Amino acid sequence: MDSAASLAGTAAAGAIPRRRRNYARQYWWFVVPCGAVVIATIIFPWVFTLYMSVHEWKLGGGRSWVGFANYAKLVEDERFLLSILRTLYFTALSVLIPMVLGLLAALAFHRKFPLRGLARTVFILPMMATPVAVALVWTMMFHPQLGVLNWLLQQVGIPPSMWVYAADTVIPTLVMVEVWHWTPLVMLILLGGLASLPIDPYEAAKIDGATPLQAFWHITLPLLAPFLVVALIIRTIDALKAFDTIYVITQGGPGTASETINIFLYLQAFAYYNLGYASAVVVVFFAIIIALAMVLLWTRARVKDA
Amino acid sequence: MRKLRRIAGNIGFGFGVLMLVSPAILVFLWMLSLSLKTELDNTDYPPVFIPNPPVADNFLAVFERNDFLTYAINSVIVSFSATGLAILFGVPAGYGIAKMKATKAAVVILIARITPGLSYLIPLFLLFQWIGLTGTLAPIVVTHLVITVPIVVWIMMGFFEGLPAELEEAALVDGATIWQAFRHVAMPLARPGITVATILAFIFSWNNFIFAMVLAGRETRTLPVAVNNMLTFEQISWGPLSAAALLVTAPVLLLTLLAQRQIVAGLTAGGVKGG
Repeated sequence: MDSAASLAGTAAAGAIPRRRRNYARQYWWFVVPCGAVVIATIIFPWVFTLYMSVHEWKLGGGRSWVGFANYAKLVEDERFLLSILRTLYFTALSVLIPMVLGLLAALAFHRKFPLRGLARTVFILPMMATPVAVALVWTMMFHPQLGVLNWLLQQVGIPPSMWVYAADTVIPTLVMVEVWHWTPLVMLILLGGLASLPIDPYEAAKIDGATPLQAFWHITLPLLAPFLVVALIIRTIDALKAFDTIYVITQGGPGTASETINIFLYLQAFAYYNLGYASAVVVVFFAIIIALAMVLLWTRARVKDA
Repeated sequence: MRKLRRIAGNIGFGFGVLMLVSPAILVFLWMLSLSLKTELDNTDYPPVFIPNPPVADNFLAVFERNDFLTYAINSVIVSFSATGLAILFGVPAGYGIAKMKATKAAVVILIARITPGLSYLIPLFLLFQWIGLTGTLAPIVVTHLVITVPIVVWIMMGFFEGLPAELEEAALVDGATIWQAFRHVAMPLARPGITVATILAFIFSWNNFIFAMVLAGRETRTLPVAVNNMLTFEQISWGPLSAAALLVTAPVLLLTLLAQRQIVAGLTAGGVKGG
């Protein structure tokens, strides 16, 4: 009797983990169809790009194994190296400005005020708008003679700018469009962060007679640091990848003054049809993105420790 | 005195908020203004701000020329298919990953988010040529999955992880299969998450430019590609150009206004973005 009960008990105890394990394996079937899609559309291109990058590969023409010749050529390709510098210049500005503005906006929208919901929705509209459509409007606004922006500058007494039509102003101008587009994403991430902050430290600071500025500097910023780093990483990656607006507004011009890595890559692949060479660009570009992301992640770990 | 300072502070704050939202408002209003004015007013200097009287000619011109309707239908087909397929594949996958705590699968999704959209295009472009699919909408739908699937998987993964497991466990104890537990217990609970994922996947697929630009032929262009082509061919006719741009982006702007709460929730959680 006793032993039978204990036997049943062990059987039951043994059965549960085995059933659990079975479940775990069964859950694979939820992932498999999607996994197949991901392999076909995402992982296959990654692998195939590596394969192509060691070939001389002309569209419609032949292909031949060239080893690392494409990479060797890239290192000496001045146009490519300059495109890296331009990308870094564009990225630095397109990260810093949205971070500052996004933080200010998040602090503003964290406060309660009339029509806050509407104002916040209007503020995030740029990031949801179709980039090509918006880029067209910007292009019209940048027109040196007829554009509304130069008229606005004139009203406040600033000399007109050539905007995207001169080599030295084209990148800052494109940064302006990028900032307009993506500051809302930074704002949203930081707004989520602000909503999750505890109230206690602020009450303690108030009792101790801290000014709002002190509270911001010594409480809000440190607590918000993880969210700032997330926003920083996402913004950096997106700025490196920026393509649509640059392509629509300038196509890399005037000359090659706004040719970033992505534009260079596009031209190599789909204007000159150097598919092997373009694949090598993809690999190097990807390495640059990963490297920067790693540096930022490392910063995040440092921030967490501190 | 203190009251006065508070009022001044509030006015300053209001002014600050106005400064924050005005760039967005100004660009969209200018788009609207350009699309409602005659060509004469559009090229006038100093600029005419308020259309007087507003004219619909530009919108009519867009529909008359350029097969705009064909491109609109293409865009609808592509975005709906890419979103629907992503939900079909991505929701169960998000569930499976959450249940198995398969963080390695999540890393793939993250790297997909990091990779530039262009880098998928070269291999896929060749692939479609070999299979002989060029000239149809199929390649465009497939490439849009590169955007929509990671968005859906990422959002659903987070959502299912946040659901309490007790209800499904109760269903399993009562003899339901895991598929039934998913279909009848977890899925209904996850409906808000599915809504968010659908909206975001749709918007980023609708907005996508680069995939269709490379893969589309004359007949298979999506709206962003068609509008960009208008720019290259009709440099100075600003009215029809703005009208077309407005028509392209109006659906997503309306969707944003209607579903702003879901969109904010989804974007805050994931920091997702397509392309």
